[in-house]
Amino acid sequence: MTENLSEQLALLPEYFRGHLALTLFALFIGIVISSPLGVWAAQAPRVKRPLLTLVSIIQTFPSVAILALVVAMLGGRIGSLPAIIALVLYSMLPIVRNTVTGLENVAEEVVTAARGIGMSPRQILTKVRIPLALPVIIAGIRTAAVWTVGLATLSTLVGANSFGNYIFTGLQTRNLLAVTVGSLAAACMAVILDSLIGGLQWLAVNRNAGAQTARYRAVKVLIMIGLTSVLGVSGYSLLPDRKVDFVVGGKGFTEQYIVAGAVEEVLQEAGFTTEQRLGLGSEVVFQATANNTIDVYLEYSGTVWSNLMNREDNPGREAVMSEVEAYLAAEHGMANLARLGFQNLYALAMRREQAERLGIRSISDLKPFADGLVAGGDLEFFGRPEWISLRDTYRIDFAEKLTFDTTLMYTAIAEEQVDVIAAYTTDGRVAEFDLVILEDPLNAIPPYDGFLAVSGDAMNNRLFVETLSSLAGKISDEVMRNANRLVDVENRPVTDGVRYIREALTE
Amino acid sequence: MIELQNVRKSYDGGKTFAVSDVSFRVKRGELLGLIGESGCGKTSTLKMINRLEEPSSGEILVNGENVRQQNAEQLRRNIGYVFQGIGLFPHYTVAENVCTVPELLAWPPSAVLERCRVVLDLVGLAPAQFADRFPSQLSGGQQQRVGVARALAAQPELVLMDEPFGALDPITRADLQEEFKSIQRQLELTVIMVTHDMTEALLMGDRIAVMKQGKLLQIGSPTELLDAPSDPYVRKLIEMPKRRADRLDQILDADSHRVKQHD
Repeated sequence: MTENLSEQLALLPEYFRGHLALTLFALFIGIVISSPLGVWAAQAPRVKRPLLTLVSIIQTFPSVAILALVVAMLGGRIGSLPAIIALVLYSMLPIVRNTVTGLENVAEEVVTAARGIGMSPRQILTKVRIPLALPVIIAGIRTAAVWTVGLATLSTLVGANSFGNYIFTGLQTRNLLAVTVGSLAAACMAVILDSLIGGLQWLAVNRNAGAQTARYRAVKVLIMIGLTSVLGVSGYSLLPDRKVDFVVGGKGFTEQYIVAGAVEEVLQEAGFTTEQRLGLGSEVVFQATANNTIDVYLEYSGTVWSNLMNREDNPGREAVMSEVEAYLAAEHGMANLARLGFQNLYALAMRREQAERLGIRSISDLKPFADGLVAGGDLEFFGRPEWISLRDTYRIDFAEKLTFDTTLMYTAIAEEQVDVIAAYTTDGRVAEFDLVILEDPLNAIPPYDGFLAVSGDAMNNRLFVETLSSLAGKISDEVMRNANRLVDVENRPVTDGVRYIREALTE
Repeated sequence: MIELQNVRKSYDGGKTFAVSDVSFRVKRGELLGLIGESGCGKTSTLKMINRLEEPSSGEILVNGENVRQQNAEQLRRNIGYVFQGIGLFPHYTVAENVCTVPELLAWPPSAVLERCRVVLDLVGLAPAQFADRFPSQLSGGQQQRVGVARALAAQPELVLMDEPFGALDPITRADLQEEFKSIQRQLELTVIMVTHDMTEALLMGDRIAVMKQGKLLQIGSPTELLDAPSDPYVRKLIEMPKRRADRLDQILDADSHRVKQHD
């Protein structure tokens, strides 16, 4: 526990830096873009309604979708830029809306007085309406700040470091302490920013009546100190990252964290400096490698085959692998540097006891019983080509098909709520819950060979290529499953999984 | 000084007229009370003089120049304006409020400061005590004194007032009416003051213009209006203060008799 905690806290400065820089940058740009838009909308009724509708619609988009869209629009670029763009889009609604409301609600008689004594429209805006609307505008910025701190956790998904690294890694590797540390840290940052901006708002509201009071001056000094230190810290956050030789990427599940850790150690022992970008979406990590932002990550032949090449046929394990290699090289300048040896397949699994009772060993055996059984899959399985292929090849369907979070799916089969699940062959929980994996004699499910996908740039470094080629064929299904099991079932840190893999490599 | 020629104002494209065919002149140094019930067009008439509203037809001349040929903002800066409901800037101090117009006119800072002190003294607010306060820290009467000071700050010859003392309590109102009248005499200001209070118009106005339903019924000195009202409405309006004063006298008289009997 304490070892885990100190391990988590060691990551704090880096994640803090990333999170604060993302938040402040996005907030600053958000203010610079949104408040003039709000001023414009308040002056021009023809602009107001379309603009407010637009920013409201942006707000209703799921944030993960916006992130993915921004990455796609930037041609697969990951890191801070897409994260900041997405955060700016999300910060717009409260700032624009409050600016419009604040300007519109300035007392009519004051505006008339300003006209009557001869102020120009511009002077009325800058000398009267904006100053009087300031408390409401700041309230909008305050809302935007809290939202931005919260949403910045999602930046992890596009490869920008934030407190989200704690949360996503923690959720995937069942490290609740990491999730807690990440959530608390984000909450603290939100509270601090909220109270600082709240203080500014208080100053703006009370500047008339209270300008001379000691309390007003004290609050002013406190807020100045607070803001200066936040800006100071973020200035430090903006220092350019040290340049590393290679960036190791990974998607957001246990096996990916473990393999990335092992790859990173191997590279470091060869004398390279490295850095990690983990927990990325499948599409994001692929694009980033194609454009050389990421140098190496664990990919699966079947993923490329069905998701990128849109193939539904299954010519066999070797044929798929070689066609995938040809596709990667031709279309994206990427390469398969080392086929690791294991396959992480979707496979149907049942409780051993039930399978033996019914005499089921393969999916063909399952067919006569299927319409009386309940099946469970992860959130995407029943929409994926693998299931379509299984269904059509074996002409099989279940009485009920339920979708679960992966962890809950294993609990559901253990507790006999479902009879069949779509498990992963390298998942440690298959062994833990005493499940049997049903054979696929008709090869309905395409092969999912784990391999190191490498960017075109990295392939030019001979030492890098030599170092990682040595991993080829070294990680069997069983080794991978045991390493996953350490983390997923026994709740050990990812580093223990990495150590287990490294031992297998040296054998 | 000011001349209105056949001024009309319609807010509905000519179907009805809020101000219809109004013509009058105001001489330099004169205070004209513009009186009528609400909706009679008196405020619209006032606002057309400094182009807060534009007439639908007719001409308005200030110092012989057509206001429509002048830049509206420049025109307004040279005409003092005291607003109904005061209209001070809540985020400005008293001094900042008062200095607004001289600053818009780009006076040198030292002249602005000096002028601020002078006009605050003029309206009876000690600069040392009041200059740095905010409007929310002042009483209603003090706020309207600031309003008057702001209107006078840029040394205008012409001041427009839109029911300036309407929101004040009777005692404060009476004080301010008297003080403003003496300031107006002292500075020889030309003033058009909109009011719905005939007593105020009689006490302050050199001449009184009575409006009803957008039309100017009669314009003249208080005596002229009393002696020869052109219309039953004018008669009723002008006799009201006198009738009330007489009634008051009777009550007080009866009261004093009763007191004597008790002695």
